[in-house]
Amino acid sequence: MDALITQLQRQFRDYTISLYQQGFLDDQFTELKKLQDDGSPDFVAEVLTLFFEDCVKLISNMARALDQTTGNVDYSKVGASVHQLKGSSSSVGAKRVKALCVSFKDYCDTQNFEGCVRCLQQVDIEYKTLKTKLQDLFNLEKQIIQAGGRVPQVDIN
Amino acid sequence: MSITCELSNLTSKKAKESSFDKKWLKKPLLFLVLCGSVVVIVLVMFSRLGRIQKEETGSCNGEAKVLYRHQNVTRSEIHDLVSLFSDSDQVLSFECRKESRLGMWGNYDITCSLSMLSEKQETGGVPWNLNPSGLEHSVSSTSRMCNNLEQNLQQPEKLEEEYYEEGLDQGLSSYLRNAWWCLILGVLVCHKIYVSHSKAPTESKERVHMQEPLAQKKQQQRAQTSSRGAGKWRKNILLLGILGGVSFSVWWFWDTNEEIIMKRRETLANMCDERARVLQDQFNVSLNHVHALSILVSTFHHGKSPSAIDQKTFEEYTERTNFERPLTSGVAYALKVPHSEREKFEKEHGWSIKKMETEDQTVVQDCVPENFDPAPIQDEYAPVIFAQETVSHIVSVDMMSGEEDRENILRARASGKGVLTSPFKLLKSNHLGVVLTFAVYDTSLAPDATEEQRIDATIGYLGASYDMPSLVEKLLHQLASKQTIAVDVYDTTNASGLIKMYGSEIGDISEQHISSLDFGDPSRNHEMHCRFKHKLPIPWTAITPSILVLVITFLVGYIFNEALNRIATVEDDCQKMRELKARAEAADVAKSQFLATVSHEIRTPMNGVLGMLKLLMDTDLDAKQLDYAQTAHGSGKDLTSLINEVLDQAKIESGRLELENVPFDMRFILDNVSSLLSGKANEKGIELAVYVSSQVPDVVVGDPSRFRQIITNLVGNSIKFTQERGHIFISVHLADEVREPLNIEDAVLKQRLALGCSESGETVSGFPAVNACGSWKNFKTFYSTENHNSDKIKLLVTVEDTGVGIPVDAQGRIFTPFMQADSSTSRTYGGTGIGLSISKRLVELMQGEMGFVSEPGTGSTFSFTGVFGKAETSSSVTKLERFDLAIQDFKGLRALVIDNRNIRAEVTSYHLQRLGISADIVSSLRLACTSVSKLDNLAMVLIDKDAWNKKDFAALDKLLTFSKITFTRVPKIILLATSATLTERSEMKSSGLIDEVVIKPLRMSVLICCFQETLVNGKKRQPNRKRRNLGHLLREKQILVVDDNLVNRRVAEGALKKYGAIVTCVESGKAALEMLKPPHNFEACFMDLQMPEMDGFEATRRVRDLEWEINKKIASGEASAELLCKSSSWHVPILAMTADVIQATHEECMKCGMDGYVSKPFEEEVLYTAVARFFEPC
Repeated sequence: MDALITQLQRQFRDYTISLYQQGFLDDQFTELKKLQDDGSPDFVAEVLTLFFEDCVKLISNMARALDQTTGNVDYSKVGASVHQLKGSSSSVGAKRVKALCVSFKDYCDTQNFEGCVRCLQQVDIEYKTLKTKLQDLFNLEKQIIQAGGRVPQVDIN
Repeated sequence: MSITCELSNLTSKKAKESSFDKKWLKKPLLFLVLCGSVVVIVLVMFSRLGRIQKEETGSCNGEAKVLYRHQNVTRSEIHDLVSLFSDSDQVLSFECRKESRLGMWGNYDITCSLSMLSEKQETGGVPWNLNPSGLEHSVSSTSRMCNNLEQNLQQPEKLEEEYYEEGLDQGLSSYLRNAWWCLILGVLVCHKIYVSHSKAPTESKERVHMQEPLAQKKQQQRAQTSSRGAGKWRKNILLLGILGGVSFSVWWFWDTNEEIIMKRRETLANMCDERARVLQDQFNVSLNHVHALSILVSTFHHGKSPSAIDQKTFEEYTERTNFERPLTSGVAYALKVPHSEREKFEKEHGWSIKKMETEDQTVVQDCVPENFDPAPIQDEYAPVIFAQETVSHIVSVDMMSGEEDRENILRARASGKGVLTSPFKLLKSNHLGVVLTFAVYDTSLAPDATEEQRIDATIGYLGASYDMPSLVEKLLHQLASKQTIAVDVYDTTNASGLIKMYGSEIGDISEQHISSLDFGDPSRNHEMHCRFKHKLPIPWTAITPSILVLVITFLVGYIFNEALNRIATVEDDCQKMRELKARAEAADVAKSQFLATVSHEIRTPMNGVLGMLKLLMDTDLDAKQLDYAQTAHGSGKDLTSLINEVLDQAKIESGRLELENVPFDMRFILDNVSSLLSGKANEKGIELAVYVSSQVPDVVVGDPSRFRQIITNLVGNSIKFTQERGHIFISVHLADEVREPLNIEDAVLKQRLALGCSESGETVSGFPAVNACGSWKNFKTFYSTENHNSDKIKLLVTVEDTGVGIPVDAQGRIFTPFMQADSSTSRTYGGTGIGLSISKRLVELMQGEMGFVSEPGTGSTFSFTGVFGKAETSSSVTKLERFDLAIQDFKGLRALVIDNRNIRAEVTSYHLQRLGISADIVSSLRLACTSVSKLDNLAMVLIDKDAWNKKDFAALDKLLTFSKITFTRVPKIILLATSATLTERSEMKSSGLIDEVVIKPLRMSVLICCFQETLVNGKKRQPNRKRRNLGHLLREKQILVVDDNLVNRRVAEGALKKYGAIVTCVESGKAALEMLKPPHNFEACFMDLQMPEMDGFEATRRVRDLEWEINKKIASGEASAELLCKSSSWHVPILAMTADVIQATHEECMKCGMDGYVSKPFEEEVLYTAVARFFEPC
């Protein structure tokens, strides 16, 4: 049993570190984790859920705004959505999404349609990837807890 | 954004200015050109007027001359007659004739005078034997008349001149007026054109400025094109001007030339007419005389019997009267002899009638009449019987035999008038000449006789030959300017063949004037052709000015062209400069943004590093590891402070650092600084003392953080450069106090200034220090009292240390950034050397000055001034409030300070006074024992460690214990120490002698804690260390979080909840407004800036407005009880949450009433510093 827990814990640690190293997450995620304590045990999960819901909503908004069949593209609308997404992603520490949002915002400001569309697609892919990765992480966490172990504190660097 | 806006404004202003300059520059030039052209026109008109006038007077003069000459002729003729017939007895009849003849051609006046003369002679009964004297008289009277006439003639001339002058005056004045109007009109038109032209580009510029500065590039391009257009326009104008100048010059040349030609033609005509007239007159005079001669012959030859005239008389008479006929070469009289009487006649005269040898005339020079053949038989003959001596060779020649003469004779006797032949070569002289023939009639002929009667009555013919060339030549000699004019005289009777009677081939035939001549013979026409001998000279008078005008035009054109080119290049340069400037400014903005971003980006990870290191140090580490970690932590801290400094420097350099203006308590700041630096100072064993003069107000208005930065910097430097001994003394005074050294009341200042006088002066630690007053003696504005604003105060802050001092040669450059006194000091003491430079700049921003005085080995004193506002007395500073309660407790207490150094004792008493404790100073324990009066009713005795002495203290203690009987409480004994280890302190305390040990530097909070502990027993002290915990700051606080982003909101909520706050979330500015409407329970609000509908700025502004209204109501007492809050007025702290760390945003936040800002996502440190300002630890 202990061996399983240790293995799981190692797996968890490695996975977390890989997420950081691959640039999916940044320090803000660590900070977020710190905010989770006994008072709010599901804080991170809750926030992340909110974030992903936000993502779905914003991305569909932007996709609609960028849909050329409806005529002219409303860049201000796209820009507002991108700004929102940027804020959310930086709050949860979704580093890659945040970086994409930055360039997305630039394209939006210069009204570069192709760039916007490309960014939108990338953001879509990116947040979905992040979602699966984080789900994996949470699954690991659950497994550890189910196995009766403690979720280890992962020190980045 | 705002910077670029400003920038564009600036450039637009400059552009406007420059365009204005150009306009201003152009105007005088235009005016100059106008003036020049007007002057030229005026000159032209003047010369023209003058010329006309001259011509008029010239022609007038000419006429007068002609008239005058006529007079002269008449006069001389009368003289001749008188002289000739003075011995004759038939004067009267002659005179009558003369009169009538004169009347024929002469002037009316002259006729009159002559008739008067004859009347006079008749009435005077003068015998026809002429009285010479009488005649002379009459002649003289005639001449007088002539003079009168001359005068009369001259008078109108004068009148005319006057008239011309008047006319000229009038013409000139009216002309000048017109010229003025033209000038004004021209200026107006030019102005209009200019205005309309220059308005267009500025308008467009302004329009562009209304738009976003993004359009700046476009605007620049537009400005460029417009300036280029202006350049083209100007070039065109210039070209037009030059063309105008050239055409004006050509026109002037043409005009003047034309005038010269006209004038020449006129002169020619005048002269020709004059000559013709004179010739005609002369000829007529001769003609008349010949006529008179014919009558003479008829009277004296035929009328008398025997004849009174023979050849000799005739010869003599004609010779003597030859001057009368200056034009005739000779006169002769031929008798009419019919063929029937030929023989008789020949016999009578003794010679035969000879035939004129016409064919020989041209060849024979000296013809002898004897050689001539006798005349062939004809009906009648006209043999010459009398002849003037000059033509005596023709006596006996039959005039009828010559073709011309015969015709002449026949015509003469038929008409009874003088008849001229066509010109032919005269005998002998071989000159061209004409012969004038008069028929001599029988006296009985009636005046209205028919032709036949005339022919019948003819008895002879008088002929006179005129030598035409000599005649004309003689005449021309009399006239002026004979050199310039060539004259031809033609006989034009036969229209097809002109016969030239006189003339030369020279002269310019192209322009000639023809005047007709009337020689009294109606059947013959004569003409005079005049021309100039020389061709028209080159008209320099026309060429010179026009060429001058041309040259001037080109010169001016060249100058203008150069000027325009210069303007164009300058404009181009200006444009380039503007672009460069814009680029440079953009680069500057980019740089500062980069710096701000980068420093933030560096600071964030640095905080992580530092935090981690701190955590690491808290874990179990062995000594080596701990040392490493501590070193790393220290380095990290240094790096952070360096980054902050660099950022400050950059901000100051770009001039974007603006000072705050908030009320703050200077003493509190100084306490803060001293507590911050006390650790370092105590480590080194340096005594740190703060003193603020009592005259400095409690609250001043300024930038506390920058003030603090300066102080920290200076004190930090002092600590860095002070070694293990001595003191650092910070003092604050009013500049006014120091300025008047004679009436200083402040004890500390007095002692410090006295230091300069006596070397034995006291310092805080007893170590010698440099005299502080040297550090401010170079301040320029220090002694000037002029800007003595009542609401401003100038503070003088000095920081004195006993450090190593600054080498003399390095003293000049210590304010230069990154320059330390010595490159070696940098290694010994570390640091970047940027601190002093920043401090100096900050001081300058506070309208103050910074100076120092330093002595190597002794120490340095830095001092600076700063202008601060006086705060309104009512406004209290929140930070003090928490001490208020404590101060209430201490008010009125008395204390005794025992210190062997007076100045240090003053510092101590200053701190006590701040707590409301009055203090007496005694220099030693022993002295304290003696001065019993001071021991009365003491609350505490503060003894400096230096004055501590167990033996003396025992005595004092005894005394104090004794006083316990009389007074209710025993004074607490407090020891003031610079440094004391914990063990020392506990030792002291446990000895029972001392109640408490206070580690210097003294500061209010420490003193309060200490006193509260010793004086008011039972109150639990908050552990000092825990104050820096967010949990204590935020616990149980009602906090509102406003963010439209759900995720952000949740995160913020989580973060705040972690620190124990009670968090409420809303998702829009409007909702926030609703929540923050007083009364409410929120103690702070975190507001996102970028929100749809109502952003953070707007929401804050509205909240502040609401609060202001409510506060006003509260102030006026209208508000209901529920609106009242704990404090006197509503002001909920609002903190901005932003990911943007650019200064401008920060300023914007402050502007709309926010109290601070927190960068997103939250970091503990940042959150703490932001929140600490509003919440006191519970």
